[in-house]
Amino acid sequence: MTDAAQHPSAKHLKKRYAAEARFKMYGRLAITIALAFLVILLGRIVLQGYSTFTTNTVSLPVYLDPARIDRADLSGSNYDYLVSLAVLKALGETEDELGTMSEDASALISRDLGFQILDKVKADPGLIGKTITVTGPVKADADLYYKGEIKRSVAEGNRKLNDRQLTWLDRLKKSGRVHGGFNSAFFTHGDSTEPEQAGILGAAVGSAMMLLVTALIAIPVGVMAAIWLEEFAPKNGWTDLIEVNINNLAAVPSIVYGLLGLAVFINWLGAPRGSPLTGGIVLALMALPTMIIATRAALKAVPPSIRDGALAIGASRTQTVFHHVVPLARPGIMTGAILSLSHALGETAPLLMVGMVAFVPGIPSSFIGGATVLPVQVFIWENASERAFAERTAAGIMVLLAFMIVMNATAIILRRRYERRW
Amino acid sequence: MVVKVNMQTSAPTPVVGTHANQAPPAGEPAKITARDVNVYYGANHALKSVSLDIPGKSVTAFIGPSGCGKSTFLRCINRMNDTIPGCRVEGRIGLDGDDIYDPSIDPVSLRARVGMVFQKPNPFPKSIYDNVAYGPRIHGLETSKTGLDDLVEASLKRAGLWGEVHDRLKAPGTGLSGGQQQRLVIARAIAVNPEVILMDEPCSALDPIATARIEELIDDLASQFCIVIVTHSMAQAARVSQQTAFFHLGSLVETGPTGMIFTNPKDGRTQDYITGRTG
Ligand SMILES: Nc1ncnc2c1ncn2[C@@H]1O[C@H](COP(=O)(O)OP(=O)(O)OP(=O)(O)O)[C@@H](O)[C@H]1O
Ligand SMILES: [Mg+2]
Repeated sequence: MTDAAQHPSAKHLKKRYAAEARFKMYGRLAITIALAFLVILLGRIVLQGYSTFTTNTVSLPVYLDPARIDRADLSGSNYDYLVSLAVLKALGETEDELGTMSEDASALISRDLGFQILDKVKADPGLIGKTITVTGPVKADADLYYKGEIKRSVAEGNRKLNDRQLTWLDRLKKSGRVHGGFNSAFFTHGDSTEPEQAGILGAAVGSAMMLLVTALIAIPVGVMAAIWLEEFAPKNGWTDLIEVNINNLAAVPSIVYGLLGLAVFINWLGAPRGSPLTGGIVLALMALPTMIIATRAALKAVPPSIRDGALAIGASRTQTVFHHVVPLARPGIMTGAILSLSHALGETAPLLMVGMVAFVPGIPSSFIGGATVLPVQVFIWENASERAFAERTAAGIMVLLAFMIVMNATAIILRRRYERRW
Repeated sequence: MVVKVNMQTSAPTPVVGTHANQAPPAGEPAKITARDVNVYYGANHALKSVSLDIPGKSVTAFIGPSGCGKSTFLRCINRMNDTIPGCRVEGRIGLDGDDIYDPSIDPVSLRARVGMVFQKPNPFPKSIYDNVAYGPRIHGLETSKTGLDDLVEASLKRAGLWGEVHDRLKAPGTGLSGGQQQRLVIARAIAVNPEVILMDEPCSALDPIATARIEELIDDLASQFCIVIVTHSMAQAARVSQQTAFFHLGSLVETGPTGMIFTNPKDGRTQDYITGRTG
């Protein structure tokens, strides 16, 4: 036996290593479980949502029958019917007396084509009487059939499309009039009742506008409050009370801020319901405590030797803070700001309280008009009955996650970039 | 004049600096006059009734065991204690006869007259140029660009750093070596042309070569400034200072010309400390 083995510590050594090995194993196990959940979650979302990013469009020659278009009231004419007739013509079918043929056909083609014709006719009434080619998406159910999500093997009564419609879709595809491609509508449209027309842009713009309001309020107010508390406030009972309350406010459930917003801003001050302004103010209130806490932590992390150096050379307290402490704390402050904004971006509950849950078609253009935001859009689609909205829900979540990843990555880059040694 | 100091530590035998023992001529008023200074940190009575005269244009060393109040007294002279919550200063400290704790004295302008150098070099995380120019800028000493350039150059030269940094004034001050950083901080302090420079263990984070350079610098600066240095190195005190004050448990035990303190201390506690029996 060597001397080392005889040392009294030797018999504990084995135990210590065993404990260490056990601890490492628990750690790996925990990480594995966490990663597995993450993969399952993300995998499910991606699998469900990726098909949203492609769609099928159809090109049809449409005869603008002068007999069916009222020149005096262009907007009042039924262009969808013209499109349905064009479908039937392309398929070599003819309309029956009850109109069931055109009804079945119109269930296959998006109303977008009808709107396109209206726009063209309005721009150039001379087109009436001619045949023009319009291209647009097929209806969401037809799209699902092309993507293999509605199957012919399912009993006819249990699916949205009947056998005749499926046959027509097959024939349209065979005739070369249908093309698969990138679903640009999803990224350029606002919400719509028609799934194939519904897009995320409206919600994304709404989120951006709301976050702008949140940032413009929460960042300056939060930073100034933190600087005052950390650098200037006298340390007494009052400031202790304020400090405790800020920490408590950070833990208040977000829906309470929504109720506050509803009671104070909307009902009392008359702020516009469901607007980016109101939503932004509510989220700013919610983000403030986090913002203050993060900023104070960043200020605290600045070494006291820098403060001493500045004071000793004759800088005033304000100069010390704004020339030296705040610049050094800036990466931390920015990281805190971005993280609290990305938290605000994902917030849903308080926004439901201030009326941001309304159906808003189109892209919001005003801070006081109605708007919706990404997580609320996801919530709305999730509650929609149509099957095609389920995949849009998942796609919406993917866009929301992408937004978050971009924001968090920005936070990391800013931190790396401005981080300085001292 | 070379004075051998009786020391039982393994430190090299200190050699008292060139100006040593040349106490200022009697009759010339002291630069700093402290009378009955008491400092309390909350209930802790850290400095007890200290009265001390510090002459101008020379180096005064504060020595004494850890926690005896050297830094506390030093921070009284530029009112840095004002920034410590719970710290209370009583008594009178005169700078050229003016009471610096008088309500009419603004600590901000006082600190332009009394500069300070800390134990750990603390350059601002800005360029070398901006480090030196910061003081003159905030005090409005130089407004023109060329004037400021000249002042920065002159200050760096006086701090003996110009030769090493003149070609990289825009480089960050934090990128210099420890000894260079300490000289940069000294340049920063002298750029506002103070009357007094306080140094709290300025060499304790430096290697012997960098220490020697700072000591040389202190020797040079002593002809223009009143320098007060806190040090734990008996040898350093002997090398750079002309007066030495020995503190013990918050009291000023003994003060006098450095040569006297090291060769012929009057108090037994001083004797014990400089011979390494306590501390
Ligand atoms: N900021 C402070 N708050 C409270 N007490 C303090 C503070 N600074 C110093 N003290 C106390 O005052 C006394 C003197 O401290 P001081 O720093 O002046 O000693 P020192 O002689 O400089 O010691 P060292 O040689 O270790 O630097 C000590 O008892 C110390 O605990
Ligand atoms: Mg000290």
